[in-house]
Amino acid sequence: MTTMTSDLAHGEGLPPELDPARPLVASGNLRRRHVVSTFFSSLAVLATAFAVAVMVIVLWTVVSRGGSVISWDFLTKAPPLFGCAGGGIGRAIAGTGLIVAIATAIAMPLGILIALYTSEFASPRARSFIRLVLDLLNGLPSIVIGIFAFGLLVAGHHQSAFAGSFALSIIMLPLIARASQESLAQVPNGLREAANALGVGRRQSVLGVILPSAMSGILTGTILAVARAAGETAPLLIVSSIYKGSYSFDFFGSAIPNIPVEIFRLSESADPAGYERAWGAALVLVIFILATSVLGRMLFARSKAKASR
Amino acid sequence: MTILDPEFDPIMEPSRPAAPARSAGERYRIQTVDRPARTASHGQPTPTTPVVRESVFKVEQLAISYGSKTAVQGVTMGIDRNRITAIIGPSGCGKTTFLRSLNRMHDGIPGLRVDGHIYYHGHDLYGSGVDRVEVRRRIGMVFQKPNPFPKSIYDNVAWAPRNLGLRSGLDDRVEKALRGAALWDEVKDRLKDSALGLSGGQQQRLCIARAIAIEPDVLLLDEPASALDPIATASIEELVRTLKAKFTIVIVTHNMQQAARLADRTAFFGLDNERIGTLIEYDETDKIFTNPADTRTEDYVTGRFV
Amino acid sequence: MARPRLRISDRVGDRLLLSATGLASAIAVLLLVLIAWQVFKGSGTAFHKFGFGFLTGTTWKPNFNQYGAGTLLFGTFVTGVFALFLAAPIGIAIGLYLSLMAPPRVRAIIGPVVEMLAAIPSVIIGFWGILVLAPFLVKHAEPQLHSTVGFIPLFGLPQTNGASMFAAGLILTIMVIPIVASISRDLFDTVPRELQEGASALGATRWEMIRGVMLPTTASGLAATSFLGLGRALGEAIAVTQVIGAGTKINTSLYETGDTLASRLANQFQNATDQLQTSSLFYLGALLLIIGLGSNLLAQWIGRRFAVQKAHA
Ligand SMILES: Nc1ncnc2c1ncn2[C@@H]1O[C@H](COP(=O)(O)OP(=O)(O)OP(=O)(O)O)[C@@H](O)[C@H]1O
Ligand SMILES: [Mg+2]
Repeated sequence: MTTMTSDLAHGEGLPPELDPARPLVASGNLRRRHVVSTFFSSLAVLATAFAVAVMVIVLWTVVSRGGSVISWDFLTKAPPLFGCAGGGIGRAIAGTGLIVAIATAIAMPLGILIALYTSEFASPRARSFIRLVLDLLNGLPSIVIGIFAFGLLVAGHHQSAFAGSFALSIIMLPLIARASQESLAQVPNGLREAANALGVGRRQSVLGVILPSAMSGILTGTILAVARAAGETAPLLIVSSIYKGSYSFDFFGSAIPNIPVEIFRLSESADPAGYERAWGAALVLVIFILATSVLGRMLFARSKAKASR
Repeated sequence: MTILDPEFDPIMEPSRPAAPARSAGERYRIQTVDRPARTASHGQPTPTTPVVRESVFKVEQLAISYGSKTAVQGVTMGIDRNRITAIIGPSGCGKTTFLRSLNRMHDGIPGLRVDGHIYYHGHDLYGSGVDRVEVRRRIGMVFQKPNPFPKSIYDNVAWAPRNLGLRSGLDDRVEKALRGAALWDEVKDRLKDSALGLSGGQQQRLCIARAIAIEPDVLLLDEPASALDPIATASIEELVRTLKAKFTIVIVTHNMQQAARLADRTAFFGLDNERIGTLIEYDETDKIFTNPADTRTEDYVTGRFV
Repeated sequence: MARPRLRISDRVGDRLLLSATGLASAIAVLLLVLIAWQVFKGSGTAFHKFGFGFLTGTTWKPNFNQYGAGTLLFGTFVTGVFALFLAAPIGIAIGLYLSLMAPPRVRAIIGPVVEMLAAIPSVIIGFWGILVLAPFLVKHAEPQLHSTVGFIPLFGLPQTNGASMFAAGLILTIMVIPIVASISRDLFDTVPRELQEGASALGATRWEMIRGVMLPTTASGLAATSFLGLGRALGEAIAVTQVIGAGTKINTSLYETGDTLASRLANQFQNATDQLQTSSLFYLGALLLIIGLGSNLLAQWIGRRFAVQKAHA
């Protein structure tokens, strides 16, 4: 055997110079190691503080600058004539609501069906392939989806709110489908087996038992997707940004006003009065998005609490 | 017959230089008479004179609770130096909970409360100013489920010594630790391979090697063989027996034969009337298994307990 | 398992459900193909005219029918890498804090707060960037950096209005941090408790546990996350357009204006005057598509390789 520099061979547990009975305070290099550890821990705290500070500053700016703008008139009135004061974003609010609602109406059923296919019917390979496709869709820059919708629906015709809804639905689809998949995966297998054992068809067990028990997770996913879509600007800039002051919404025939594009246009024009309106619109959008995200989270927490019981 | 006398003030010099003043009270005297079976099987000379043992831990009225649920309470016991102390008892009686309190492994678990006192070589383990990294450096632990790091076999063992700055002779240290854990021959040709490729028994011995590589004072073993087959179990038991010379060992086990084979002293934990874990009997192993004082102990060791 | 015989209506229903769900899945696959096809088709004219020289050409002059993406690729690369280099460590640090250090109650508040930063629309972040952040940078941060590390050409003389690649990089950083933070927190949460305890039972400090156990076990996941974040940064159009200043030249100084693929696309698409310009913009879109798919596939590949290794180990 080789001679050991270490002292395991020694009769005692610790090397002789390390008396086990000495007080339990840092010994050896431990003090220095603690300094290193504290240093890096502080960096982590600092990083977190930075992110929270950014969040607070952004929100505070939006609230403080937008808060003074918001009024009933602002929320309901049409935009002012060029160069005039006053006016609001009523039509943009309605427009965003409409565009996002239609997008949800397209994406939600499709997303749920995809999730049902992958979780109930697909072979493992098909499942992972579709999952990959969804991830890739999700990873596409939204402006690419915008020019896709342009090429498909707008080129050679004219901008339309429907093209906007279509583009947003592509953004929402993977979000809803993945959330639904995860929610369906939470459904206990016992439930599936029990439903199958009843001798009813697959359709009845899927639609009658499995889907309902995954519904709150699916709703959460949909709500979070709505929050995401409501603020998407790039696709709408490309397919629903050239609109006039007319009040009638021609959903398939023309672009309609919407909040994100409104904010973008105002922010690009060097007009201080326009900035004011942009802050107001930003506040409206932020309130909507944060409220929906919080709602989604609460739903999620509730469904998780229910599942764990 | 064994007599445990905590009040006893030793006149004889203990084997080690006296620890600071507080440790004086933690010595107690054991008179061992009547241990023919063990002395025969393990070849230990029967002490004819009273033996003074130095205690490493002195636990006083320990109670541990998870939030509002008390897991163990009323535990008072001492743990001897360089001996093997076994902890047995039914599932859920707080053996793991107790063991983890001995190296402050509970720290950081939200809602956990430790009441009472644990003295380690006379120092209050939960006193102010105690450095828990230092505590764990001196009191190592091997868990029920083997938990090798996803690193090479070598790095698993070398990791902690490197942290401690024990860099010179690292190869020798790793070899020594692996030999100590009776694993060297099996892995010496593949030290650079991932530790996750080892079998369960090898992984557990690697975890022991990892723990002894930094030469702690005490080794806490929580059912180290519970997930292993009989052969791996036997090699772990053999290993524990050899480690006794160097370390103080506390081992939790579900397996009563294992406790009887290995341990010098055995503590039996059970559930009290409120279904809270507590120490029911603590004595020399022979006594616990052949002539326990408490009927609950007797029921348990004879298998009547469910 | 032998299933009980079903009534005809049940069997028809099952068929219908299977077809409907299968069809929906096929639509998703088709959609991806269609997107790629449409974008490549749209860029056909420009591709015929410029070929791959488009990638290196640095002129973009609609009046002269000259288009090239070189400047934009440069700007995309610089701002994306800038953002990644800041956002990855910060995001991972936040993940570590939330997973290992934060008391449960703090975690329950700060976790969602950080995630909500990701929910704020890019148009609002960009608006804030140009009105609040950029002026602040020009007035305070940039002169400071210039006087201390100005010998590095990246930190040249601050420009007047603040629209710059520097501002764009920071805005992207802000947008990528929450993504990296929440995914890395989830990754750290998956590291078995036993491994962490194993490390502390060996007398390791928290940092040693992080460096020795947490980071190596999650390394490929963290790399994958970083690529996802990078993909997001490279493809962001709106916020970048708002703060980068639509520059037309390649500048070494981050304080100068610049432009990115996505930003140019957002900026000029509505006002494109002729077919060649639209097609050139589609060409930019095709590049973005490739970047988006590429970064995503790379992230997937890293993640999967990691999972396979783990399973085999
Ligand atoms: N993290 C925890 N949170 C809440 N209660 C816990 C926790 N860990 C253990 N307990 C409870 O404390 C009691 C003692 O648990 P412990 O794990 O110490 O028992 P044990 O004797 O080691 O059991 P076993 O033999 O099954 O390992 C049990 O009632 C258990 O439910
Ligand atoms: Mg246990």
